[in-house]
Amino acid sequence: MPLLEVQDLRVTLQTARGPADALREVSFSMERGETIGLIGESGCGKSMTALALMGLLPEGARVTGSMRLDGTELTTLAESDWCALRGHRIGMVFQEPMTALNPLHTVGRQIAEPLRLHKGLDARAARAEALRLLERVHLPQARARLDAHPHQLSGGQRQRVVIAIALACAPDLLVADEPTTALDVTIQREVLDLIGELVRDSGMGLVLISHNLGVMADRVQRLFVMYGGTVSEYGPTAEVFAHHAHPYSLGLFAARPRLGLARGTRLATIPGRVPDLADLPVGCPFADRCARVVPACRVALPAPVALGPGHMARCLRLDVQTHARAEAAA
Amino acid sequence: MTLLAVEHLGKRYRLPRRNLFAAAPEVQALADVNFALQAGRSLGIVGESGSGKSTLARLVMALEVPSSGHVRLDGDDLHALDAAALRRARARLQMVFQDPYGSLDPRRTVLQTVAEPLAVLHGAGRAEQRERAAEVLDAVGLRPGDLGKYPHEFSGGQRQRIAIARALVTRPELIVADEPVSALDVSVQAQVLNLMQDLQERYGVTYLFISHDLAVVELVCDEVIVLQHGRVVEHGRPHEMFRRPQHAYTQRLLAAVPGR
Repeated sequence: MPLLEVQDLRVTLQTARGPADALREVSFSMERGETIGLIGESGCGKSMTALALMGLLPEGARVTGSMRLDGTELTTLAESDWCALRGHRIGMVFQEPMTALNPLHTVGRQIAEPLRLHKGLDARAARAEALRLLERVHLPQARARLDAHPHQLSGGQRQRVVIAIALACAPDLLVADEPTTALDVTIQREVLDLIGELVRDSGMGLVLISHNLGVMADRVQRLFVMYGGTVSEYGPTAEVFAHHAHPYSLGLFAARPRLGLARGTRLATIPGRVPDLADLPVGCPFADRCARVVPACRVALPAPVALGPGHMARCLRLDVQTHARAEAAA
Repeated sequence: MTLLAVEHLGKRYRLPRRNLFAAAPEVQALADVNFALQAGRSLGIVGESGSGKSTLARLVMALEVPSSGHVRLDGDDLHALDAAALRRARARLQMVFQDPYGSLDPRRTVLQTVAEPLAVLHGAGRAEQRERAAEVLDAVGLRPGDLGKYPHEFSGGQRQRIAIARALVTRPELIVADEPVSALDVSVQAQVLNLMQDLQERYGVTYLFISHDLAVVELVCDEVIVLQHGRVVEHGRPHEMFRRPQHAYTQRLLAAVPGR
């Protein structure tokens, strides 16, 4: 049984302009110890997917389809059951460690909280375990830091504390939503190394969310490119990097500044802008910005087309590129 | 021609006293920074948070007074100018900030936002303000029809274009851009970087470009300085420096670039 199985997930939000589908036909599954990445730009649905996985969707959101954790259906869970699950079997790491931590409580108390709540440890045992966790996330002077408040720590140290809290109950699944976006690059690498090490040691599943393609390259086994509330392309990470085929993926990879580009190079851009969730078309959400659009693209959301083992893209016009590639090769 | 010269620039900040009877501790945010920036060229400043990048930007913009050293614009020491002369000099310097959601006033129209520096620095009349605002809006790829709109009607990339239009309206020679694309999505970032380069070609603007993204700096800058703890540890052309970094800190920054 897969650790996590998401099938045809649809999330409908109530907006001022009527119901809007923030996610449609999102499907994926992952095994224990597997790492997957969700990538895309703001408004593409990656954070919405994370919120759905954690049962933290905005009020009034309607969920259809299915999300199963170890066979347990999550979409129909009552809030009290979610509370027993969050922080216990599903660990969460958010973008901004300063807002994820409570400024009034000591670090030790915040790490101990899930242990007391979910594992029923007494204060003494929870504190001892919190110390062990701080050592595990390689926070220097862990014993002294137990009694520190968040403002006494740097950004990278705070994010280590947030990770220690997420790991406290040895979750089966870790959801990390832009865990390093607020950090410097050198700290970013340390934090990503740490997450990778912990995932390998504990055998939990990792869902890593980022808008930075570079972050994904070495960190996840499979990559899901999201656009307009759906997964537009997915596959093994190396495969997606080498042979991305969806027109949106092509645009995204081309727009990225890379080291080694000559001074003054103009980057390729994608015309137009990300569609508003309330205005998502019935067909392919990328149709309005796509150079290859044909009327059929606007009729219905294209079904995933296989490009290789485990590599799919939702596009009707993949043949255009195959031809172009064949011509370029000839 | 040297437009901006920074000589032995240093800045100390005083921290709160720990003890009533002890002297207040100080932190050296910037120490002995030197560089000369030619008109029409771009200088990148890289370093981690706390390395002094933003302090340098604030000193160059004459928003803070240096503890030592000088900032010279066309030979004039900015911090030695009297109030009236500094006001005139300010029209030649403009700044673009990181977050286009925070840097635009939500209650003011695009016209009010973009034309404000003209009214303040040049005392321009209404007709001239409107004309110049429409002109710079066109230069950054927005429509004159957008003048009456409010910031919430625009996307993040469009807002950053408005912020750039506001910076351009006084026809400044130097634009200090503090992480101008860090808050933007990849595809929008590409549009703004292309725009900044087009504007440089067209108007000969000089950029002091602060960024933590080495690939972006390599793309838009002729020279780069690496700051660590307020000191310049390496200075050179990005293309060569990023291939053969000499200083250990530069090597560390490069090694940390994800997905290389």
